[in-house]
Amino acid sequence: MQKITRDTLVSKAVSLLENGTVDAVLGWGKGEFAYDVTPTVFETADEIRENFVWNDFCGANFSKYLVSKTRKLEGKILVFLKPCDTYSFNQLLTEHRFDREKVYVVGVPCEGMADISKVKAITGDGISAIDFTDNGLVITTLYDDEPKTVAYEDILAERCVNCKSKKHVAYDELLGETGEVLESARFDEVAKIEALTPDERFAFWQGELSRCIRCNACRDVCPACTCEKCVFDNPNSGAENKAPANSFEEQMFHIIRAFHVAGRCTDCGECSRVCPQNIPLHLLNRKFIRDIDNFYGEYQAGAEVGTRAPLVDYNLDDLEASDVFERRDSE
Amino acid sequence: MQVNEYKPLIVAFCCNWCSYAGADLAGNNRLNYPADVKIIRVPCSCRVNPMFILRAFQRGADGVIICGCHPGDCHYTSGNYYTRRRMALLFSMLDYLGIERERTRLEWVSAAEGAKFAATMNDFAEKVAALGENKRLEDLRCKK
Amino acid sequence: MQRIGVFVCWCGSNIAGTVDVHAVAEALKNEPGVVFSTDYQYMCSQAGQDIIKNAVKEHNLTGIVVCSCSPRMHEATFRKTAAAAGLNPYMVEIANIREQCSWVHKNMQTGTEKAIILGKAAVAKVNLNTPLTPGESPVTKRALVIGGGIAGIQTALDIADAGFPVDIVEAKPTIGGKMAQLDKTFPTLDCAACILTPKMVDVAQNENIRIFSYSEVQEIKGFVGNFDVTIKKKARFVKEEICTGCGACVEKCPMKKIPNEFNLGMDNRRAIYIPFAQAVPKVATIDPNACNMLKNGKCGVCSKVCTAGAIDYTQKDEIISEKYGAVVVATGFNPISMDKFDEFAYNQSKDVITSLEFERLTNAAGPTAGKLLRPSDLEHPHTIVFVQCVGSRCAACAEKGKEYCSKICCMYTAKHAMLVRDKYPDTEVYVFYIDVRTPGKNFDEFYRRAVEEYGVKYIKGMVGKVTPEGNKLKVQASDLIANKQLHIDADLVVLAAAIEPDKSARSLATMLTASMDTNDFFTEAHPKLRPVESPTAGVFLSGACQGPKDIPETVSQASAAASKVIGLLCKDKLTGNPCIASANELMCNGCSTCANVCPYGAITYEDKEFMMPDRTKALRRVAQVNPAVCQGCGACTVACMSGAMDLRGFMGSQIIAEVDAICK
Repeated sequence: MQKITRDTLVSKAVSLLENGTVDAVLGWGKGEFAYDVTPTVFETADEIRENFVWNDFCGANFSKYLVSKTRKLEGKILVFLKPCDTYSFNQLLTEHRFDREKVYVVGVPCEGMADISKVKAITGDGISAIDFTDNGLVITTLYDDEPKTVAYEDILAERCVNCKSKKHVAYDELLGETGEVLESARFDEVAKIEALTPDERFAFWQGELSRCIRCNACRDVCPACTCEKCVFDNPNSGAENKAPANSFEEQMFHIIRAFHVAGRCTDCGECSRVCPQNIPLHLLNRKFIRDIDNFYGEYQAGAEVGTRAPLVDYNLDDLEASDVFERRDSE
Repeated sequence: MQVNEYKPLIVAFCCNWCSYAGADLAGNNRLNYPADVKIIRVPCSCRVNPMFILRAFQRGADGVIICGCHPGDCHYTSGNYYTRRRMALLFSMLDYLGIERERTRLEWVSAAEGAKFAATMNDFAEKVAALGENKRLEDLRCKK
Repeated sequence: MQRIGVFVCWCGSNIAGTVDVHAVAEALKNEPGVVFSTDYQYMCSQAGQDIIKNAVKEHNLTGIVVCSCSPRMHEATFRKTAAAAGLNPYMVEIANIREQCSWVHKNMQTGTEKAIILGKAAVAKVNLNTPLTPGESPVTKRALVIGGGIAGIQTALDIADAGFPVDIVEAKPTIGGKMAQLDKTFPTLDCAACILTPKMVDVAQNENIRIFSYSEVQEIKGFVGNFDVTIKKKARFVKEEICTGCGACVEKCPMKKIPNEFNLGMDNRRAIYIPFAQAVPKVATIDPNACNMLKNGKCGVCSKVCTAGAIDYTQKDEIISEKYGAVVVATGFNPISMDKFDEFAYNQSKDVITSLEFERLTNAAGPTAGKLLRPSDLEHPHTIVFVQCVGSRCAACAEKGKEYCSKICCMYTAKHAMLVRDKYPDTEVYVFYIDVRTPGKNFDEFYRRAVEEYGVKYIKGMVGKVTPEGNKLKVQASDLIANKQLHIDADLVVLAAAIEPDKSARSLATMLTASMDTNDFFTEAHPKLRPVESPTAGVFLSGACQGPKDIPETVSQASAAASKVIGLLCKDKLTGNPCIASANELMCNGCSTCANVCPYGAITYEDKEFMMPDRTKALRRVAQVNPAVCQGCGACTVACMSGAMDLRGFMGSQIIAEVDAICK
């Protein structure tokens, strides 16, 4: 359960809006179901009081929205950012994607977010109401008479189980306290796949990627994917296609997408969160992050503004491409 | 036993200043390498977009090799350093996805290394031929 | 749709011997866009070129594919042929069916098959070719030389000699640089001042040269042929054009205890000063941090004694803006700080000095008027220990010193040792070295003379520790050849400090978008073939800013840089390579990724107003490629995520078309 309350966020948003510091508030708004929240731009205090949501399903990372939202805005916009969101925020600033002056960042601490598919795996479908209690989520479904209590640790999203940092790397103001960069086991899964035989790896990824329906949700939510026009929508790019006709095109899409965000991906995990097919896309991004760390030294995208991403940098004595496997196999 | 008639299709991207000239030198010296190798000239190895490589595989290439100037000798001073990072990561990713790692290669060939160019192509073609047809990365629609 | 003509060359039997040229011409007839296809014995011959020209007219061709030898051989030829036929020369593509086909394959069938595929790839590419025109930009016929040491002086003199105006910007009040501080020069032992100061006078008297001394470059914009430079001329509180350099003000100035930079702080100067007698320009400068009048408004003596009325306490910094066609970097070097080398007791004892300080000690115009006296008690030293490679070749202690060889130390140490033995034969001189490196004309002979004729004691090994004790310096060292520890009681220890690029170089490199290596030396456009040019077009390198150098090397590089500048300034217009990158502004994110990989600094950003998909207008940051600076490597095109950046002549779509044609 989140330690900081909705009331704290609401009163902060309302006061900043009313004292003229900001002209709009980017926050989580009510969605259709108890577990789905909608990223919303609030322009009045009443809207905030009525529709603002803060609970364990507020996983959405708002950094990306700032690109389009600040473009149209005359004044300032308040944005609530969790620690992992602030890395994306910095990365976008590094890439000049919006004007820092137009944004007022309120950092919110995060206790980890819930994964609705993990919840549903326990309770089944038809969730009609959720209560957030100290003991866990109390879930009412259409099919069960008795509400079920689900412990938070059982439904924590993968990215939160392997949380890389509780530290806010960018903010104008903090609610509560900021934390520390954490030691996480986020690369364990990648290492496991690396340890498989090529045939097993191929089978694993074929199994995962063949479920892709090319809905583009991973791309659309990704804070590193803010291109004015995506290569996959551009007939001249050589990669354009709207729907995959075969297994390779899914691979091609996901390889290119991961490559385009390599060195820029902050590992916020939004791609896997939104994937309707539950493809573990973060395992592609983490592969690049792990390789970059191994080959060129540890690098956390977005930890600071203005750092040079590993793929736009080099050392004279970098690892040769032919030696990458040796390096990895020797680990 | 049936004789394997299979001939691999290999796309070689060569930078204009070193490797393409190295390939020309291999020709001047009449050094043989398989006709399966088809060369595409690019100004610098750093012009090679991973998309081109994937496209080649998608369209039926069995192996893709990128050749550039030796580190430190790039006509544009630093292009091949970027290539080296890009390809290291891309090749590692392809391997992670279960694609045979012998299907991709990055090689430094100078304008004076005609022999190295021919030897590299012979070796690469042999390794790719040993793998057989590229089934994992091919777009089936393009097959005749 | 293009109308493409295909011309297959036999190259006598060079191609036709292994490739069925008729079959190739025949097969390519069916490719999309091809309206004409033929073969001929020698396409590059006059008759062959006429076939191409006639076909262009007869068939209204818009594109040409020549299946022949390597484009490195005859691309230029066929581009000229196309131009002569009224086609844009960049509508020609070559399929290399000789070097990369007929010469490497023995079998007619495989050779022919491959030639057809290579031809198809070329046709596929030409289908997407667009006419390209090289850009032109004017050249401002004036050069800027940054740094007024011997490198800058030589470059400026050579450029001025060719008739072009040159400005020298020098941070110090006088030009002359490090060479002005030296006593004698190796291997000839002629006096540095005797050969340098006439050159300084030449600079002052040359009508084509302006000197901005006591000045610094503040901003550089623009590109090759068109640099806009802002120079800050710092207030020296003396009117330069009126001051006669008589020195009366200096004599009367009551502030006498200011460490004299020119003598490396080994004596004092006044608050108003002329760095040395032969300074150019020979005008006084007031040190604002030392002058009582400027600090407290009390004094004014110099103003009273100046009969010319040159003193102006109200002088302000002056900002000068000027246009240049070329910029020469000649920012030189400095010895590294000895602060981290405690083992040599540099900071504990006045009698441990650097080699540059030693130069001043032996210089007739130096603090001891040329007499070799120890700084602490002004006694004549009887035992001198020279330590080489202090901070050079220091791979293990990179945080203290430098990994590279400073190159000049072996020779100047030999010079120092020899001069001491020559003037004071009663002095014992030891030189501790790792290696003695003497690759230069008459260099090894010089070093041998120091050892054989002058009896300098060269000992292979390093000094481990120097401890001041009484009026002696206890030197503890190892002799690697005799394999023993040595203890020497020295009177003077001279450290051959490593040299490093001047600190101003880093910010200058940023302004120029010129690249540097990890040691902050400027990088050359090509380490072997273009050693005096920076990869950034229009920026040239002179002297030690590019790497450690002695005087003869510096002067030759300075003249080489000058000749490159003259070559550039001779041109009225620069014609660019049309195969360069350009950004599709509608797709550009303005993320700066491309600018980060550009080795030439060709990419800048602009805020432009765009109509957005929702019909509102918005300001967006978009990339602009400077066609005069871009060299067409294509690094940016791959760095660009959105694919907004493309390379003319090697467009993504063209390369993909080639891939598709090959893989069909």
